[in-house]
Formats: sequence, structure tokens, C-alpha cells
Amino acid sequence: MTTPFLDARAQYVLRLADNALVLAQRLCAWIGHAPVMEEDVALANVSLDLLGQARLWLAYAGELEGAGRDEDALAYHRDVREFRNVLLVERPNGDFAATTVRGYLYDLWAHFALSELARSKDDRIAGIAQKALKENAYHLRRSEDWLVRLGDGTQESRERTQRAVNDLWRYTGELFLGDDVDALMQSRGIGFSPEALLDPWLERVRESFSTATLEVPADAWMQRGGKQGVHTEALGYVLAEMQVLPRAMPEATW
Amino acid sequence: MYTQMSDGIDGNPNAADEREGAFNARLDRAVKIESPDWMPEAYRKTLLRQISQHAHSEIVGMLPEGNWITRAPSLQRKAILLAKVQDEAGHGLYLYSAAETLGTPRDEMVAALHSGKAKYSSIFNYPTLAWADVGAIGWLVDGAAIINQIPITRCSYGPYARAMVRICKEESFHQRQGFDIMWTLAHGTPEQHAMAQDALDRWWWPAVMMFGPPDSESVHNEQSLRWKIKLFTNDELRQKFVDQVVPQSERLGLKIPDPDLRWNEATQHYEIGQVDWDEFYRVIRGDGPCNRERLQARIDAWDEGTWVRDAAAEYARKHAARSVA
Ligand SMILES: [Fe+2]
Ligand SMILES: [Fe+2]
Repeated sequence: MTTPFLDARAQYVLRLADNALVLAQRLCAWIGHAPVMEEDVALANVSLDLLGQARLWLAYAGELEGAGRDEDALAYHRDVREFRNVLLVERPNGDFAATTVRGYLYDLWAHFALSELARSKDDRIAGIAQKALKENAYHLRRSEDWLVRLGDGTQESRERTQRAVNDLWRYTGELFLGDDVDALMQSRGIGFSPEALLDPWLERVRESFSTATLEVPADAWMQRGGKQGVHTEALGYVLAEMQVLPRAMPEATW
Repeated sequence: MYTQMSDGIDGNPNAADEREGAFNARLDRAVKIESPDWMPEAYRKTLLRQISQHAHSEIVGMLPEGNWITRAPSLQRKAILLAKVQDEAGHGLYLYSAAETLGTPRDEMVAALHSGKAKYSSIFNYPTLAWADVGAIGWLVDGAAIINQIPITRCSYGPYARAMVRICKEESFHQRQGFDIMWTLAHGTPEQHAMAQDALDRWWWPAVMMFGPPDSESVHNEQSLRWKIKLFTNDELRQKFVDQVVPQSERLGLKIPDPDLRWNEATQHYEIGQVDWDEFYRVIRGDGPCNRERLQARIDAWDEGTWVRDAAAEYARKHAARSVA
């Protein structure tokens, strides 16, 4: 399948959309299986918020693209290579520690990213970011709270959480790595510099990890490629499951 | 999602007791019984069983539909289904709280579910094989739940009645989203229409059975009616359901899988054919298509969550100790 041309702004918005969509899709698989019933409700809340954000971003990306693709065309009829989410959000749910750590690392990045985007010169982006930022405050509070409780809980919970940190750390570098699209968006006052978010992000990570009695991993190679559509193997399965019905019955409306 | 009267009632109230006289007088005046009030032990036990069974049904009931959240065919459907299943978790939580007012902690009720001692609604022991099943569940199962539960908003036990007021508001949204899925499928491609009909074919009889055994076989209707835990009999509720759903199926252009279904001009009610009560009792006994999977999914969630609950408890303990020190 050929990748349709997307102008930089459409591409930029699509990245935001896919981050939210893929994480929402991951989280909704927990419902009915959470460690406590209150967490079924909480995970559903976060998943619903992210899904709502994804739909707003997707609708805008579709308009910018101008090819008549709506949120569902974009969500259900693109293949792995056309998805633009960062690798972190597609990583498997694993145990509750892995889900928590993945959520925390992303929520904290999203907090800084959305704060920047809320001031975007593109009013549509600013509006969506402002709404998302309010939801993100709850997501971050919750994921940080669990991070601390799991890190500073029992020996087992600390081990599981540290393992999740060690596994996921290599996917955080990409969050702070800009490319031509980022540079162009930043130069027009639409987007932000990903590199500039690293220090404040890392500072807060160090604080929370210290409270959680977790260790920040040493510098190591960071995986990358999601923003350009080069993903981990995990994403193919996420999409196969999510897209099965519209792909099987392309004539149908639902 | 709803309650199913399939269990017996414990003991027999002793009418000679003075407190019991006062209790019965309150029932007669339709004054709600509250948790600190004296109540006959049999009333308490029956309520506890019914409310906890109802709570378990909400929680187990998340599984068959939860099965389709990741595969919902549009983002809007996904959001609606996710919100719906989340509501069911909330219903479970309110109901466990209502049941806890009778003196049994939630963990104990959950342990009874996991050991197989406590029941949940047998409808959730059927598989969701296609997207249309999500529509059929909303339309029929939540539809039946509303019919079952609206009278419970007027039941004699305050905490149960109040929980049910909140729940019923959400159930009508559940029923509408299910009907809307069925409507879209029934008016969609021939393949979608067939999917909707197949779902109705598989869910119709289990939904009819949701109201419990016929009044002629239901030994406990009478006592629960006297206690105002139940306000209508199983067959009365079932009749309401049939009268409601048959015209809806006609609007959908779908056929109810019952060759004996007919309109009775004299009674102004629909009459259905013979229900396979053997199947009903078989599923209750544990031999439905998904009994083992449903229960195992809940047990797994509990077991795999143990270290998380332990961590939260340990964290709370350490910090309570630190704040004292
Ligand atoms: Fe419910
Ligand atoms: Fe419901």
C-alpha cells in the first residue's frame, strides 16, 4: 500500500492522534481484568479520555490531509507503516507494573507536550491540547501515584516495577528526538522542540523515581522510528485486532 | 446487570416475634428498611444473596462485551461500548456497597463467587461470537435488566433500592445503544443483517430465561413478594419483556426464533413457545458454554492482582507507620 502524501502539519497531528489511539487501544484490553475493580473503572476512564483525544486529532488530521478520510478511515484503514505513534505506547500491557510505568512515562511527556501545544498558533491544535491537558492532569496523578505505591510497596512490586522501567526506558528517547516535521512546526509556532522537554521531564522522573525508590537506568541506546512509521513488531497485532471488522467488511457502515 | 431469582430462601420468619411484627408493619406502610434496623435473619440472608448475586452479575457481565471493546468496528462504537462496560463495573461497586450494609465485606462475597458457591446471572455464560452479539446483549439483556430492576427501585431495603435508582438510569442508555447497533446492522449489508439475525437467534432464549423459572416451579416468589424484595413474579416480568421486544424485533426486520410465538387478541399479550428449562438448569449448574472461562477470567484477574493489592496495602502500612513516628 502506498503512503498518501501528508503535509507536515497533517503528519504532525497524526502523530499526536496515533499516540492517543494506540495507548487507548492498549488500555481498553484491561477492562474486566484489572487487579481491583476500582481499577477497571479508572483504566476505562483513561482509555476513554485518550480515545476522545485521538478522535479529535484524527478528525483534524483528516481535514488537513484533505483526502476525505475521516477518523475511522484513518484508524481502521492504515497499515503499520502508516502509523505515526511513538514506540512506547505500542509496547504490550504486560503486568500492572508495565502498564503503570508505560503510562507514567507517557503521561509525563504528554503533560509537557500538551502544555506547549496549548499555546500553539494553530487554534485547533491549541484547543484540543487544552482539553487534553485537563484530562492528562488526572492520568498523570494516577500513574504517578501507582508508580510510587508499586515502587515503594513490597519487594515483589518493586522488582516488577524496576523491571518494567528497565524494559521501557529504551523507548523514551524517541519522545525527545525531533525531525524535519518537528523543526518545521516549531519554526511556525505551531509545535515545540522535543529536545527542550527532556530536562524538565527527566527532572520530574528523577523526583518520582526517588520517592518510589526506583532507579533511573543508565544512559543506553534509545530505540526510535515510530514517528516515521518504523515500529516494533507489537503494533501489527494491535492493529490486526483493532481493524478486523472494517477490513473484513469494507462495504459496511457500523 | 440484573438479578435472577434462582435460589431458595433461608429459614422461615417467626411471626410471633414482636420485632417481626414491627418489621412487617413497616413493610406494610412501605417504609424502607435501613441497615441499622432490626430485620429477620432470613430477610437479611435472602437480600444478601440477591444483592451479591446481582453485583457478581455486573462484574462477570463485563467479560462477554469486554471481549469486543478492542474490536469495536468504529471509534464511536468503541467509546460507547467502553463507557457501557465501565458503567457495569460501577454497578458492581454500588451493589457490593449496598450488600456490605448487611454485614458481609466485599472480599468475602468475591471469594464466594470464585469458589463457585455464589451464583451470577447465567446469561453471561454464553459466548459473544460476533459484533452483533454486543448489540443483542444491549438490546435484550440490558432490556431485560431494566424490566427486572425498575421494580427493585421500590423494594423494601433502602440501600438496594437507592443503588438501583442510579443503575436504572444507566441501563436505559445501555439498552438504546444495543438497539442502535442492531438497527444499523439490520439495515446494513446483507452480511450485517445476517449477523444481526444470528445474534438474535442465539440470544433470544437465554434472554427469556433471565427472569428465572416459571412461577409454577419457583418456590420463593411468594416470600420475596411478601418482603417486597420482589414486586412482580418471574412470569409477569417475562411477559413484559416479550411484549416489549416482539414489536421491536418487527421494527428491526428480524425474526424471533420461536415458531409458536403468537399474539393473543383476548389477553392482549404475546405468547411464546416452550422454554427449554433443562438448558436453563444445566447452565446454572455450571455446564453452559462459557461457565468455566468466565469464572476463570475473574479468578485470574484476582490472582494476578494479588501482588498489586499487597503492594498498595504495604505502602499504606509503611506510610501510616512513618506518619506516626
Ligand atoms: Fe448493569
Ligand atoms: Fe447494563
